[in-house]
Amino acid sequence: MVARAVPPPALRPGVPPAPLEAGQIPRLKKNRSLGVYSRYARRYARLVTMPTTAPHALADVTASHSTLRRFLHGLPGVDAVGLEARAASLGTRSIKTTAKAYAIDLAISMVDLTTLEGADTPGKVRALGAKAVHPDPTDRTTPATAAVCVYPDMVAVAKEAVAGSSVKVASVATAFPAGRAALDVKLADVRDAVSAGADEIDMVIDRGAFLAGNYMKVYEEITAVKEASGAARLKVIFETGELSTYDNIRRASWLGMLAGADFIKTSTGKVAVNATPANTLLMLEAVRDFRAQTGVQVGVKPAGGIRTSKDAIKFLVLVNETAGADWLDNHWFRFGASSLLNDLLMQRQKLATGRYSGPDYVTVD
Amino acid sequence: MSTVDRTNERLTVFKTYKLYVGGKFPRSESGRVYEVTDSKGKWLANAPQASRKDARDAVVAARKAFGGWSGATAYNRGQVLYRVAEMLEGRRDQFVREVADAEGLGKSKAAAVVDATVDRWVWYAGWTDKIAQVVGGGNPVAGPFFNLSTPEPTGVVAVVAPQESSFLGLVSVVAPVIATGNTAVVVASEKAPLPALSLAEVLATSDVPGGVVNVLSGRTAEIAAPLAAHQDVNAIDLAGADEVLAKELEIAAADNLKRVLRPQPVDDWTATPGLDRLTAFLETKTVWHPTGSLGASGSSY
Repeated sequence: MVARAVPPPALRPGVPPAPLEAGQIPRLKKNRSLGVYSRYARRYARLVTMPTTAPHALADVTASHSTLRRFLHGLPGVDAVGLEARAASLGTRSIKTTAKAYAIDLAISMVDLTTLEGADTPGKVRALGAKAVHPDPTDRTTPATAAVCVYPDMVAVAKEAVAGSSVKVASVATAFPAGRAALDVKLADVRDAVSAGADEIDMVIDRGAFLAGNYMKVYEEITAVKEASGAARLKVIFETGELSTYDNIRRASWLGMLAGADFIKTSTGKVAVNATPANTLLMLEAVRDFRAQTGVQVGVKPAGGIRTSKDAIKFLVLVNETAGADWLDNHWFRFGASSLLNDLLMQRQKLATGRYSGPDYVTVD
Repeated sequence: MSTVDRTNERLTVFKTYKLYVGGKFPRSESGRVYEVTDSKGKWLANAPQASRKDARDAVVAARKAFGGWSGATAYNRGQVLYRVAEMLEGRRDQFVREVADAEGLGKSKAAAVVDATVDRWVWYAGWTDKIAQVVGGGNPVAGPFFNLSTPEPTGVVAVVAPQESSFLGLVSVVAPVIATGNTAVVVASEKAPLPALSLAEVLATSDVPGGVVNVLSGRTAEIAAPLAAHQDVNAIDLAGADEVLAKELEIAAADNLKRVLRPQPVDDWTATPGLDRLTAFLETKTVWHPTGSLGASGSSY
């Protein structure tokens, strides 16, 4: 197979459409006639080809519980075998030399360096912040990571640690990771993080409500959190490992985007199944189709379980081939990870020096 | 079809020799193999031709195994190594055949080599829980302290196995490395890798944790170079490197201060080896323990 490089930023086609202003309702395309296709082709084309043409006008979708439910259940079903095969085949690309160097730097710049442990101390968060700003102190050409991701009570410490750099501070909120708390508590959690200076809020959806079919509750919760986050960008975590089916992941993605998510994120990293190429591919298709329909670009963040540079590069190939080069930027794509960064740095050192590096040459998290 | 001729005829079952990395038997990542012949040039088998990526994977596996293996009690390591000798004994005929082919020996001479190899393995197995008493111990110091020196394993050791002595030589360099708690990445003899690859099968079935020994076959220079330069390899044994290669590897190894064991002028692997190879990959840890407060008499005893 021919190795295809991720194009350098200068070569990226197009500029994303201007984002909508708050409260503005996106203009919608009318349903167009599908033309000469036979009924069967029409029925199966949706399953086989990936575009998920929303069957309803999105403006009315969130008008009531039943319209929202009808919309989400009207989304085409996911061809699970096809999805996994597509994700696997994109994972076989061979990315070498200059393309690899580009991909590694890009991946480093996309890392949300994360520490979400009960044992987090201010010292650990400060160390993490220092690492986020200068991932490899021996090589100052290494790009900074995108953000550090911490619990709300550590936001102030993290903010101080990354002060004066481009690194953002993201905070999980809304009773992370279970999300099992009253809305007031969740909103207080969010306000707390924002007032401490968080640039980004990572919220979890109420999976219980989602799985019970109570989509409107989830929707309203996301909009309420969005409002509470103010200027901070909102990442919505679906915990795909708990949603059971690909259909549910597709529905959750659309639900999140309809409710105003700036990012949709796979997982908390706290359950057995985290980000996989297949579920990330599915979410990338969703953001691509959402932009095609509404003009609003939404970011994607796979989190948990991505540990090696090889995996990270596979995800970048997915992004480029599915959503497109517009998403190859840390404003629109992130990796939620902690150990991944060390592997990226070791690979970077290998490319720079020609000798394999070892864990003695990166920091212990 | 004549049934008389065919009743006893069996299809040949060719053996696919594979690498041994992390307790598994993968093919080379590069997909390459090379032809291995006996001393007269007759084809024996295709051996995997490992690449630098296989070497890298082997180092990762060896590093992963190091904690468990070095942390195991010396007694336990001795038991495990003795079990390897038991398994070798059970496969004696196979090794006699392979060594005879590889080194062009007659059957009885090859059998003597295999016996010597098993004995060598047992000899090193016995040393696991004795070496600390020989090279470690209590040091007399001028103060109220117990001062104790203990030998500690160095870490991941890359071993370039001897080229000519494909089995006895191999075991003579690998056994001392792992007996003391190091983990090894072994580059088998380029010309005669089959005994080494079969030894891997023995290791896999004798309680040696996966990754403690990793066996690579292929072009020695190609595999040894990245190992010598690897930042996560702590030591390298250059037994099987020729003069030019040994010099190159030693230069590459200098960068992260690897412990280097230069090729020794040893021709006779059958001679009793002594402790040099055991101690080559040990480092000494010395600790001071207070004996407790001194009594009025000047001693706490």
